[in-house]
Amino acid sequence: MKHSRTRKTHSSEEVKKLKEKAKQIRRLIVQMLAKAGSGHPGGSLSSTDIMTCLYFSVMNHEPKKTKWPGRDRFHMSKGHCCPVWYAVLAESGYFPKEWLWTLRKLGSNLQGHPDWRTPGVDVGSGSLGQGLSIALGMALAAKLDKAGHRVYVLLGDGEIQEGQIWEAAMAASHYRCDNLCAVLDYNGYQIDGKVSEIMNLEPLVEKWRAFGWHVVTIDGHDIADILSAFDQAKDLKDKPTIIIARTIKGKGVSFMENVVDFHGRAPTEAETKQALEELS
Amino acid sequence: MSEMRYARDAYGEALIELGEKNKDIVVLDADLSGSTRTAMFGKKFPERFFNMGVAEQNMMGTAAGLAASGKIAFASTFAIFGAGRAWDQVRNTICYNQLNVKIVVTHAGITVGPDGSSHQAIEDIALMRAIPNMNIIVPCDAPQTKEAIFAASKSPGPVYIRLGRAKIPTLCNDREFEIGRARVLRQGDDVSIIACGIMVRQALLGAEILEKQGINARVVDMHTIRPLDKDVILECANKTKGIVTCEEHLVSGGLGSAVAEVLAEINAVAMKRVGIPGKFGQSGDPENLIKEYRLTPENIAETCKGLIG
Repeated sequence: MKHSRTRKTHSSEEVKKLKEKAKQIRRLIVQMLAKAGSGHPGGSLSSTDIMTCLYFSVMNHEPKKTKWPGRDRFHMSKGHCCPVWYAVLAESGYFPKEWLWTLRKLGSNLQGHPDWRTPGVDVGSGSLGQGLSIALGMALAAKLDKAGHRVYVLLGDGEIQEGQIWEAAMAASHYRCDNLCAVLDYNGYQIDGKVSEIMNLEPLVEKWRAFGWHVVTIDGHDIADILSAFDQAKDLKDKPTIIIARTIKGKGVSFMENVVDFHGRAPTEAETKQALEELS
Repeated sequence: MSEMRYARDAYGEALIELGEKNKDIVVLDADLSGSTRTAMFGKKFPERFFNMGVAEQNMMGTAAGLAASGKIAFASTFAIFGAGRAWDQVRNTICYNQLNVKIVVTHAGITVGPDGSSHQAIEDIALMRAIPNMNIIVPCDAPQTKEAIFAASKSPGPVYIRLGRAKIPTLCNDREFEIGRARVLRQGDDVSIIACGIMVRQALLGAEILEKQGINARVVDMHTIRPLDKDVILECANKTKGIVTCEEHLVSGGLGSAVAEVLAEINAVAMKRVGIPGKFGQSGDPENLIKEYRLTPENIAETCKGLIG
């Protein structure tokens, strides 16, 4: 596929800094879930490197001006992975880090699934399969306003079994939303087991291409890979981009990696201790 | 005979007027733009019109995204698809986030006619009434439809506006319309008839039948189901001997239920509900269906008499 590309080179220093940041985000996720006593570590940890790149390198945003019209938009379609979103938002300065320890508690600003009242969250989510449509609406609004900002949306792999995703996929290419970039956190597991066994998604690249998208496949834990994929998406004209990121569910905590049980269970005290040691 | 008009035409005209005044008005449809009349807007403002194809769920989500970016999004399809097919999107994305999306549906109720049950939304008010943050308007004629559209465009947050398919007579040409404030179209002290949508006319005709029999019926046009005008209901309860509700909807979950909920808490007055009993619609001409499902002035009058003895 030919397209003009002005690939930025990302310094090894930037990559190193982002790696460190990602480790810090993972620590916050583990601590936050341990305190909450419930929640979803697996998909939060698998998308941590992507989310870190978005919030600390790729996106144009102002944590203290949450309604700044020129901001790039982010929407988390796989809403159950909000711990990683809350962690990058807190780390960016959208709200005090202490809020993280109130996750899922009565009266908290950090609900069990993303909520529009949380600073930095434009539209909440939780019911799967809806986020690509929301991002599409945001992208259409930006085009209508001739605004230069971009729209990013994080999708889960189990989630794209929902039909609405494909309705939105069709519409986004129909309306040539090149300001829209989706990222698929392809960690290969859903609640009931392996995605390939529950409801196979393959051939995935061909599916998205057939729906008119530009597809980039990357290692979702390789910071340089992630950054260059986002650069490529920014430069592409006339079609939306999906970055299919192969990831490891529970990435960064040995006993959580590829363990389906940690899709939706918080670590115990002992597990938390071990996880934080591994992430030190 | 008063002028017969499609409420849908009034909707299309209202959209164009709004579009001329406000560049933030955007309109979405799901391949029914000719029927819903959003095509009128699409022709005039093609860049602000989005036909999403036969994909109502995506349409609602896209409308939400547009609204989250400062647009006033009107999303239209038939009532059965807008309220039914896309319910979760309306609930979780539009209403929970309090987004400025106006869902204007047409072809509500059994008067859709020959298309039959699959296309006759008789439970949509119940579905929308079950969702917090959703306001619901059921206009009774074309001029009121226009006013309702204008009012909804100025009222922040989600609104569901329910229109029918058939031409309907103009009942009232006044331009006074306020969301949540019912209109008393006829005064009377014996019995109150509270109606919405096309049943307002049936209620007025029912009141004429009653008048000939020496019964004075008050007729209330309850165009807004939420927020409900409780004051008017309480006044009906205080000043008349009974209340009959009329709607082209299941007797459960719609206007009748909403009024009953108010009355149950004050235990003030007897009431009965005219509407569709718990069964699906079927094919037929609208006039025949109205008779079959007893949404007639005669049945309203009879129900009133039965109620106040």
